[in-house]
Amino acid sequence: MADILFKLLEMTIIIALLIPIAAMLVWVERRMIGIWQDRLGPNRVGPFGILQSLADLLKILGKEDWIPPFSDRLVFVVAPVIGAVCVLMSFAVIPFSPTIGVSDLNIGLLFFLAMASLAVYSVVLAGWASNSKYALLGGMRAAAQTVSYEVFMALSVMGVVLLTGSFNLREIVLAQENGWLIQTQFVGFIIFLIAGIAESHRLPFDLPEAETELTAGFHTEYSGLKFALFFLGEYLSVTLISAMSVVLFFGGWLMPEPLDSWLPPLVWFILKILFFVMFFILLRTSLPRPRFDQLLSFGWKYMLPLALINLLVTAALKLGGIYG
Amino acid sequence: MADSEHRTHHQKENSNVLSMAVDMFVSQLRTMALVLKHTFTKADTVEYPEQKPYLAPRYRGRIVLTRDPDGEERCVGCNLCAAACPVDCIALQQTIDDDGRKRADFFRINFSRCILCGFCEEACPTYAIQLTPDIELAEYDRQNLVYEKEHLLIKGVGKYPDYSFYRHSGIEVNINGERKAKGESHQEKSPIDIKGLMP
Repeated sequence: MADILFKLLEMTIIIALLIPIAAMLVWVERRMIGIWQDRLGPNRVGPFGILQSLADLLKILGKEDWIPPFSDRLVFVVAPVIGAVCVLMSFAVIPFSPTIGVSDLNIGLLFFLAMASLAVYSVVLAGWASNSKYALLGGMRAAAQTVSYEVFMALSVMGVVLLTGSFNLREIVLAQENGWLIQTQFVGFIIFLIAGIAESHRLPFDLPEAETELTAGFHTEYSGLKFALFFLGEYLSVTLISAMSVVLFFGGWLMPEPLDSWLPPLVWFILKILFFVMFFILLRTSLPRPRFDQLLSFGWKYMLPLALINLLVTAALKLGGIYG
Repeated sequence: MADSEHRTHHQKENSNVLSMAVDMFVSQLRTMALVLKHTFTKADTVEYPEQKPYLAPRYRGRIVLTRDPDGEERCVGCNLCAAACPVDCIALQQTIDDDGRKRADFFRINFSRCILCGFCEEACPTYAIQLTPDIELAEYDRQNLVYEKEHLLIKGVGKYPDYSFYRHSGIEVNINGERKAKGESHQEKSPIDIKGLMP
């Protein structure tokens, strides 16, 4: 009984921390993009503008929560919830530190992939239920993009599974004690990162939103809290993809021996995640969005074969005994 | 022969695709590196309310009516500014005082229309109307942007400290309480009797 209570408490704390972190990311992103574009970004609300997200939240709460009369009401309301919930569910399998982590699921990696695939329903249903041309185009793009990119996302992490012999994320981290998997799985990491960007609909792969062509894509018709939920989902999935990259390829909370004693494992984990989040923001500021057909042909023609070759080579080296 | 030609062509194409892919990848990395370098460049932002931007003395901002060095209104109500105004934001009416001076009876500028083009200043024959480097014209009530003569008239001389129209013009007026007759202005000769016959 005490165990269950403790677990519930842990889950509550993790969710209660993740959501403000996702909100803070909005501010971090705006500040960083500002800096990289020789601007300042939001710096007025609170010290360094740190309360900007709070102000945004208050503003968004004050907005009219409009459901278009031409929409499919039920689906329209449910869609944003699906997205946020799926991403939050994925965090259940992330091992934050040797002791923190909601679940030691022995198919943690598959659970993450499944949740990433389910999250696309949010976008597709939102696009469909909105009953508007921009939203529909965005939803269709999201469907095609996810179908193409999750194929080799799963393939790219199979190398990790081959080398560590486990789907359990905690065991994958522990298997990296003698060296991070980035050393042997560099190609796999690059592919995973690209797929991850596409999965979280971040620039340069934000075609489902594509403000410049589709107004706001799948969430054109959304406002108020539902829009905020989409936003929350997006920034949570940025955190999620960063966390997964760290867990799978950069040793999770582990650090090499001399650095290990400096900071607690959780801090190392957060610092590594922050590095990837910054990288995601840098990608957003610097790279232009590809055309839709370019995106798909890049996925199927280059990334998929590359992922297969990576898997084959890893398997061959493993069989040959080179990777122990 | 044809077969080998075909093959080399094909190989060439393949290597082109590969080098293109590498080029594209390198170009993306270069872009990111260039953007990352901007972490260390200073922001161009001027944090406005605390930090005022530099406005040149001849910046075209809020319009004022100036006075001459003797403290009298320069405006003679000639209406040239209103005629020059492309958005018709100036309205005025001329009157003539008892001492011979011409003035604007009322002078009204609607700043919600004014585009601060400076044509009025260029048109003004007496340097009366001038634009100043003040750009803070925001109001909550639109009506507050309609400036009457008492709002426009300033105590100073503006950009032309020495110029006084009535000291140059051949008009009889009082200057500092003294009567200035015809022919007493700067660089002015005494009036000629054009009907006289004497050389």
